[in-house]
Amino acid sequence: MNLSNAEVQAAARAEAFSMPIDQIDPGTPAYFENDTVGHYFERLRRDDPVHHCVSPLYGPYWSITRFQDIMHVDMNHGIFSSDWSKGGVSIFDLPTDQKMRNFISMDPPLHDVQRKAVSPIVAPGNLANMEGLIRERTCTVLDSLPRGETFNWVDRVSIELTTLMLATLFDFPMEERRLLTHWSDVATAIQSIDPRAPSPEQRMAELQKMAGYFTKLWNERVNAAPRFDLISMLAHNPATRHMSPLEFMGNLVLLIVGGNDTTRNSMSGGLLALHNNPSEWNKLRANPGLAESMVSEIIRWQTPLAHMRRTALQDTEVAGKLIKKGDKVVMWYLSGNRDEESIPNASQFIIDRPRVRQHLSFGFGIHRCVGNRLAEMQLRILWEEILKRFPVIEVVGDPVRVRSPFVRGFTELPVRIPV
Amino acid sequence: MYQVHFIAFDGQRRSVQAGEGESLMRAATDNAVPGIDGDCGGLCACGTCHVYVQSPWAEHLQTMDSSEHNMLEFVSERRDSSRLACQISMSAELDGIEVHMPDGQH
Repeated sequence: MNLSNAEVQAAARAEAFSMPIDQIDPGTPAYFENDTVGHYFERLRRDDPVHHCVSPLYGPYWSITRFQDIMHVDMNHGIFSSDWSKGGVSIFDLPTDQKMRNFISMDPPLHDVQRKAVSPIVAPGNLANMEGLIRERTCTVLDSLPRGETFNWVDRVSIELTTLMLATLFDFPMEERRLLTHWSDVATAIQSIDPRAPSPEQRMAELQKMAGYFTKLWNERVNAAPRFDLISMLAHNPATRHMSPLEFMGNLVLLIVGGNDTTRNSMSGGLLALHNNPSEWNKLRANPGLAESMVSEIIRWQTPLAHMRRTALQDTEVAGKLIKKGDKVVMWYLSGNRDEESIPNASQFIIDRPRVRQHLSFGFGIHRCVGNRLAEMQLRILWEEILKRFPVIEVVGDPVRVRSPFVRGFTELPVRIPV
Repeated sequence: MYQVHFIAFDGQRRSVQAGEGESLMRAATDNAVPGIDGDCGGLCACGTCHVYVQSPWAEHLQTMDSSEHNMLEFVSERRDSSRLACQISMSAELDGIEVHMPDGQH
């Protein structure tokens, strides 16, 4: 198993460093499914850090691969638009009626007021209130895991914990919480990228069902006194209470995917990273106080959202390349997080690295991840409680990765906890 | 070297030394003062070094530029005295400055 993965990696590396540079299309879905994209990014950072290609799947687009250039694009929202009508925030160009309209896919001023409607739920004071509940649930989930038999960590731990959290944030019926997981997966699955994904018609039909379900919750809450859940907050805020149906659906998708796919994959990716770096796991066992620092390193290492996309509103230059008005610009956070010029020893997983918080996984600028501190807290509690229980968790097979250039994650991570 | 006093949300006071031109964010993170995160490393890109600076110190600070204003738009508990510590660089007239911290960086 190790040999075959090593062979896949070696072949990809040889190709990445020998193919004509203009033929490199780093969004190629197979590169993510096989986890070989890093070789192509390494070549681009070295030879063509602001890279143009014409992709059979995505059309022409720019790839921004170095940390500092990504920071430049992320910070200049007046030049690089996120607006859904221009193209939105992902590399795929969906037909207009399938585009998600939500605050991550808006520019100021609309972005600002919609974001502020939901951000109080993850403000520091509220996080402190939620810590006890998160720890209690984490303990329950970990204590229910089987011993001495193989199980899928993704399903039993990562999905379960993030879905419980999300159901709490929405005050969603607990017994139906896996609907949230399902809708999150449907929203990010694009059939042109992954043939196993639902068709565009099925996808929109499922998202309509999601909107219908949430409309019931909305109607209950809009007429009741304001409460501290995301639906009630959206229903009572003047900036969001009159959202169009498409904006309602779009913001639901944003909050579900944002609160689900990301932390879920860092929960799986962190375990895999420790398994592959046993000396770091030993370091953690010897000093559990490193959990907090390790969480930032896991989030850098995993980069659960591999990119965000922008559209140039005017001609502009990035690192000497002329980007024309209307061009698609993809910031590859995954590549910037491996840029040795900004992050020393970036290709190594080091749980106590200096300035560990300086990574790109949350983005920077006005669209920076609103749930970042909640995500960090969930991951910290998970590892604190793992350390109290399990000296060893064995990864007993190859992970199965998501075929997507956007969500960098796993569907399976087979593990076994010794008896 | 100049003195900087960081006052945590719970009232605890920590005093550190900072050199000419050094940012208050760096002075805090290099001295492991809790309550200042500085995720972006001082580029005014994240809003996780949010502090409150009151009179008389506020009058000695440089005027806020648009990027600092943009990032402060999204911090929790923004006040009139809100600033980003990475945008405050130490000088003789700020020697002894007191800054108060919010209950968390977000």
